[in-house]
Amino acid sequence: MTRHLLSIDDVSAEEIQQLFTTAAEMHDVQKREVKKLPALRGRTVINLFFEDSTRTRSSFEIAGKWLSADVINLSAKGSSASKGESLRDTVLTVTAMGVDGLVMRHSASGAAHQVAGWLDIPVINAGDGMHEHPTQALLDGYTLQRQLGGPGSLEGKRIAIVGDLTHSRVFRSNVKSLGKLGASVIAVAPPTLMPSGIAEWAKADGFATSYTLDDVLPEVDAVMMLRVQRERMSGGYFPTSREYTVGYGLTRQRLALLREGVPILHPGPMNRGLEISPEAADAASSRILDQVSAGVAIRMSVLYHLLAGEESA
Amino acid sequence: MSVQEPEPSTDGRVVLDARDISRALTRISHEILERNRDAEDLVLLGLHTRGVPLAKRIAARIEAAEGHPVAHGALDVTMYRDDLRTHPTRAPHHTEIPPGGIDGKTVVLVDDVLFSGRTVRAALDALADYGRPAVVRLAVLVDRGHRQLPIRADHVGKNLPTARSERVGLRLEETDGIDEVRIVELEGVPA
Repeated sequence: MTRHLLSIDDVSAEEIQQLFTTAAEMHDVQKREVKKLPALRGRTVINLFFEDSTRTRSSFEIAGKWLSADVINLSAKGSSASKGESLRDTVLTVTAMGVDGLVMRHSASGAAHQVAGWLDIPVINAGDGMHEHPTQALLDGYTLQRQLGGPGSLEGKRIAIVGDLTHSRVFRSNVKSLGKLGASVIAVAPPTLMPSGIAEWAKADGFATSYTLDDVLPEVDAVMMLRVQRERMSGGYFPTSREYTVGYGLTRQRLALLREGVPILHPGPMNRGLEISPEAADAASSRILDQVSAGVAIRMSVLYHLLAGEESA
Repeated sequence: MSVQEPEPSTDGRVVLDARDISRALTRISHEILERNRDAEDLVLLGLHTRGVPLAKRIAARIEAAEGHPVAHGALDVTMYRDDLRTHPTRAPHHTEIPPGGIDGKTVVLVDDVLFSGRTVRAALDALADYGRPAVVRLAVLVDRGHRQLPIRADHVGKNLPTARSERVGLRLEETDGIDEVRIVELEGVPA
């Protein structure tokens, strides 16, 4: 497969299915008494996080440990990056210790890509700015495919992705990944949170856009709510959070618009009461906790495929 | 990313045909039963790829003889192999442990060809992560010799003395559409 996982562009539809098949086997490991596979014994993986994260980082950490790799977590706070060291010096220093794989999150779009060019070990993008978050998209696709009936079941399915599309790397990766899996995406957001130039992009990548959530909900096979990213907003995108909820939140009233059993996804962390109501988050059809457990399985699968075999160019 | 296992060759000479294979499996089934009076605590685990259908066939024969089903499943050892590093990554197969588990059971590992013994070593490691069987035994359809580890089979369908320069190609109805074992001369391998 690919040497690095920087973007969903790095994997073909067939390779995505292969990652899912391996992930399903990894998923079974979570139910075993001995949650450990020896595949990455003696390998070292560094989680280098320049941006806050709890679930992605711990998910990568568990995934690496269950594959018997040694996993080291480094966050920018308290590291020499906060003392003014350049990104290049930080990654070269860290990998000079003899690391076999680097998992990286950074607030700058394209950071992982740039780092991959400096290193000769596999780099996995765990989120770069507003660009991509490929393992999140893979775990979303995996969760949906399991829910909707296995390989091939996403073909022709309509999936709404709702919320802060402008700042969302989860959206960008998911549009590509769900497209490769054969689903058609409907991107829903208020005009201020639609990425500029989305019309051409939608035409090129074959997805639809809408400003009206109420029109979209009755006809979709799954709905993915995105977090309102307050930390990336300098204000002005919507007047008040109350107004956002009225227009674009998955409220208790809107739940009734969904067909029965339509899975609800959210990459987390949730702003309960803002983009998603407690009733939706805790609904029987909510797959949000399944996404978390799928996250470990998918990351095990990715680490295994990128790090277990012989070095291949 | 991952490689497919090579297709068994259709060259060379046939050394076991469908009837030979059937007889060998029947004999193995009876031997297993003789070693385990009742089949109650017995778990047959086939090793991927071709050990899996073989385990099913042996289970069916034991069931026919005993009148009740015998627990059987599949074990994938990809993650436990000692040559992971030296090959392109292989995708794992599905491991299916029967509902009763393997704790305290007599587990019979079933494989097609016993050669270096490295797959069996990996299987023993994998097994330990699923539980603690009382006894582990090994049944193989063909033992071709050339062991690299201190491992032997308890039940052997057919001993096939081979040269290192030969390859044993085993094909099964379930995976390849025909039951047969061939010996193929490989070129460029010292005998």
